[in-house]
Amino acid sequence: MRKAKRWLPGLLLVSPSLIALGWFVYYFIGVNAQVSLSDWKGQAQTTGWAGFKWYQELFADETFHNDIRNLLIFTLVFIGGSLLVGGVLALLMDKGVRGENVFRSIYLFPMAISFIATGIIWRWLLNSDTGAGTTGINDLLGLVGGHSEWHKSDSDWAVASIALPAGWALSGYVMALFLAGLRSIPDELREAARVDGASEFRVYWHVVRPMMIPAIMSALVILVHISMKTFDLIYAIAPLDPRTETPAVYMYLTSFRGGFYARGAAIATMLFLAITIVVAPYVWWATKKERIR
Amino acid sequence: MAAFNRRQILMAGAGVTALAALPACSNPPGSTDSGEKVEVFSWWSGPGEEEGLKALIEKFKADNTGVEFVNAAVAGGSGTQAKQVLANRMRGAQPPDSYQLHAGLEASDDIKAGWLEDLTAMYDSNGWKAKFPKGLIDNLSIGGKIYAVPVNIHRSNLMWYVPKKLTEWGIAAPAKTWAEFLAQAETLKAKNVAALSVGATWTQLHLLENVLLGELGVAKYNGLWTGATDWKGAETIAALDTFKKVMAVSVVGTDDWQATIDKVLAGTAAYHVMGDWAAGYLQGAKALKYKDTYDVVASPGSTGVYNFLADSFTLPKGAPHRAHAESWLKLCASPEGQDLFNPLKGSVPARLDADKAKYKDYLAWALQEWQNSSTVVVGSLVHGVVANNAWKAEIEKAYGVFLQDKESAKFAEAVSKAYTANK
Repeated sequence: MRKAKRWLPGLLLVSPSLIALGWFVYYFIGVNAQVSLSDWKGQAQTTGWAGFKWYQELFADETFHNDIRNLLIFTLVFIGGSLLVGGVLALLMDKGVRGENVFRSIYLFPMAISFIATGIIWRWLLNSDTGAGTTGINDLLGLVGGHSEWHKSDSDWAVASIALPAGWALSGYVMALFLAGLRSIPDELREAARVDGASEFRVYWHVVRPMMIPAIMSALVILVHISMKTFDLIYAIAPLDPRTETPAVYMYLTSFRGGFYARGAAIATMLFLAITIVVAPYVWWATKKERIR
Repeated sequence: MAAFNRRQILMAGAGVTALAALPACSNPPGSTDSGEKVEVFSWWSGPGEEEGLKALIEKFKADNTGVEFVNAAVAGGSGTQAKQVLANRMRGAQPPDSYQLHAGLEASDDIKAGWLEDLTAMYDSNGWKAKFPKGLIDNLSIGGKIYAVPVNIHRSNLMWYVPKKLTEWGIAAPAKTWAEFLAQAETLKAKNVAALSVGATWTQLHLLENVLLGELGVAKYNGLWTGATDWKGAETIAALDTFKKVMAVSVVGTDDWQATIDKVLAGTAAYHVMGDWAAGYLQGAKALKYKDTYDVVASPGSTGVYNFLADSFTLPKGAPHRAHAESWLKLCASPEGQDLFNPLKGSVPARLDADKAKYKDYLAWALQEWQNSSTVVVGSLVHGVVANNAWKAEIEKAYGVFLQDKESAKFAEAVSKAYTANK
């Protein structure tokens, strides 16, 4: 009984969130996996066993291949873009700028807007009409005689233009993460390097960069999982368009328009596994580092 | 560690219980009490349709004094949102008294799930089968039974244009066949005008069904949906190739139909193939005049054919106020009900004995065509008449691939395979 006194209050403290998490997250992940192995097609749920039929079909499904390719392009451009922009902004801030707080808020605000609202604004900004109908960014491009079709072009890279608003929304967040990382590096270290005659570039490359690895890693993991889950943004900008369709959009369309609930669940399970593959090594790496400390 | 007291633990526990109870709070109004009411579920919340529904509700209240009318309309996505809300209610065994459906095979999922009552007896006792055109009754029947009462009729196979602009470009009359259309496209190209304006994916599929109808003719078009016409056959492939040629002379955007038809008004394109809801937009928002500043004909190759879609109401199994639901359906099927609703919605009544005087401009012509006994009625794919949801979604998916690789034979193969898997 004495021992119970030590762990019981702790357990009671976490149990509400454990129960809520267990039910609302892990239980439903399980249900989703179960549905993906069933033969549920149509309005009424059926629980017949279909095995890995839906997965096999998806592996042979040209639409699914197209969606994965789109997702890869989207992820690459989105993550590359927001890391680059966020990184540069953080470096500039770190150098010291008058009214830093104001700038920080300005760059961070886009993240506070829901993706669906961002999508609707950017649908207008990325309008590709010509002549009198020209609006948004094409108005600016028009000043130098340019014009872009954006996500409506026939190019295989059309989906990359959807990464533009996503990067716009998240690069402020990356900036905040990096800035916190930069600020946590003691000034003494940089000064010591400068005293030893290192150029400003070498200070950043040899002293700052290695100490930023944790910040970069967490930014990367957060961005990758946001990218795989992105649905609302794409659906708001270009619904039902194969050029910009990703697995998340396919999942929605096939489940709720066609009633292929089992297939939708299979796509969801695969997305979940893909995110796990990215997140699990990070968690393992982070805990290992904690222990060494 | 004794920083915890019983009260805090209780509070935390109460929090979890409250969370668990949340879903139960979303019960629809009126699901438990047995008062005198009728709950009608629809997605009519947009301009025109909402006024039409309100007119029907007023009439229902006047005829059924003391019965409360619960208008459970869910906005958004021409019914996509509403269908999701409805599916959750039906699975939770909390059906409304009547709900909206597109007439035709879109209902087959709901029938398979055992959600709908067979209304054939109601049709027989009210003599409705003789009041609607036979083609409509055929398309409404699923396995020989009828499950829905159509309120209105829209037409899909229409081609819109600006008469003065056509004359200006040296085109005497709108194209009667797709071959003639493609010939006109050459003339228009020389004048730097696209022959057709096409928008988002669904408007392209809308065009595709009407190209198939125009090229294959009524019998073979109907056969596409019943398995009688081979999708992989030479004629279907040729029709798909025509569709590709039509797309090649079009200005293809990704906007919805309003912005797409605007290009016709602006003179960027000559025609737009769209359903007759466009008339409401052209006369209302754009303040144009029928036969003067805009005009419309049947899409090429489909003169005398009415490619229809219809909104209808159903009787779900386990409807809590069945008697009132039946009076609602009777109102929907009555000439008075249909003549109240349709002029406001911008569609024509499904009944053949509706009052012609109530319909003006485009609607007058549409009603004349609908009531003409030589008109052939066929059903629309995109709007849920001739394919069940699963097959339709698979066709949309295959179309996405077709749009990119443009291989007619492969598209036909995929559609045909999806038919076998989902019929």
